[in-house]
Amino acid sequence: MIRKVVYSIFLAIIVLSLVLFFAAFPFGKNKMTVGKYYIDHGVQQTGAANIVTSVVLDYRGFDTLGEVSVLFAAAAGVGVLLHMIGERRERKVKVPPNFVVRVGSRIVFPFILLFGVYIFVHGHLTPGGGFQGGSIIASGFLLLYLAYPNYKLKRGGLAAIEGLAGLTFVTLGLYGLLTPKVSFLYNFLPMGVFNTLVSAGILPIIYVAIGFKVASEFAGIIDDMICDVMCRGGEK
Amino acid sequence: MIYVAWVLIIFMIALSILAIELKNLIAAVVAMGAVSLIISVLFLLLQAPDVAMAEASIGAALTMIIYVIGVRQTERREE
Amino acid sequence: MIYYIGSLLLIAVGLYAVLVKSNLIKIIIGLNFISSGVNLLIISVGYINNGTAPIFSRLGLNPNTMVDPIPQALTLTAIVIDASELALAVAFVVLLYRHYKTLDIKKIRSLKW
Repeated sequence: MIRKVVYSIFLAIIVLSLVLFFAAFPFGKNKMTVGKYYIDHGVQQTGAANIVTSVVLDYRGFDTLGEVSVLFAAAAGVGVLLHMIGERRERKVKVPPNFVVRVGSRIVFPFILLFGVYIFVHGHLTPGGGFQGGSIIASGFLLLYLAYPNYKLKRGGLAAIEGLAGLTFVTLGLYGLLTPKVSFLYNFLPMGVFNTLVSAGILPIIYVAIGFKVASEFAGIIDDMICDVMCRGGEK
Repeated sequence: MIYVAWVLIIFMIALSILAIELKNLIAAVVAMGAVSLIISVLFLLLQAPDVAMAEASIGAALTMIIYVIGVRQTERREE
Repeated sequence: MIYYIGSLLLIAVGLYAVLVKSNLIKIIIGLNFISSGVNLLIISVGYINNGTAPIFSRLGLNPNTMVDPIPQALTLTAIVIDASELALAVAFVVLLYRHYKTLDIKKIRSLKW
């Protein structure tokens, strides 16, 4: 009890000092320095209508490569931790899914896939991109796990998609080193017409690769959690 | 328009306290998903549609499912 | 201004859960609240009154009233990393439960402080 009071006072002091600190940054005022440059020159330099996409993939593309590798490390960690002990068994469910869930999920699943692909193909034009579209596709696989207790992803195909997507990203980046302007992730393809689907050079290709990579990694995490954790549910 | 933000933020803080104090862990996880959904609406009000989509699909769906799987394997209630 | 207060309160609630609660799932929920609060704080620092999203989706948008794109790019990647690392944390909790048969950190002796 005394610990709760002490911690509450401590947290109140922290929040009060942070509020006083952030009073120096007035809400809603223009505080941009670098962002102004990106907004003014992003369209000419990268050709993408979505400035967030051009920051994520072009100006800070190397950052995104590191972020994707962190995601891979976390997915690999989940797999290693959960497959450390014992072998995989069949899932047991108490109540089998009924007819409506099975048929409905089979009808809805292709549309979820299509929506996810739409989101990451149009990532340089509209809000959205590889991360959002990939997670939408992964949640579509979740629906299949819900409807079919014996459903199992083919992990070999998943690993192949993931590896190819990562390889595409790295190869496009390394090809930039061979161009006259020697720099990693240099946008060597032509810009195309602004605000059309085929424009902005290599940015849509990279976003599609990121979309497949995020989708396969999240689907792998879900597969690890469900097929290894739920199978042991009968032990307790 | 500012009143929408006030109402949403008050709801968000109330739901987060609820998520921490509930004894039923599944209910706590569902409250956490509701907090993520409210945060995604706030991102939309702050003119960040990219982040709002990411938060709605990852924070409110995938994270919640991962927690539910974990809670189902372990204890349902907190003593 | 209400966004600052709300996100700081969310961070405080998360820190309270991490410090006081003894259930491991509650601690991870607190970590999730801290990361969400930090994301909200960063986005709200970059907001401009009556601004528009930084997307040239149609002609005639004024570049001078667009909100800052850099915080949005930062939080976009941060959200994905948060989700994957929380999955890793849940995997650790499941393994701890299999070994100790409890979620209470006061009963797990090697995590006692």
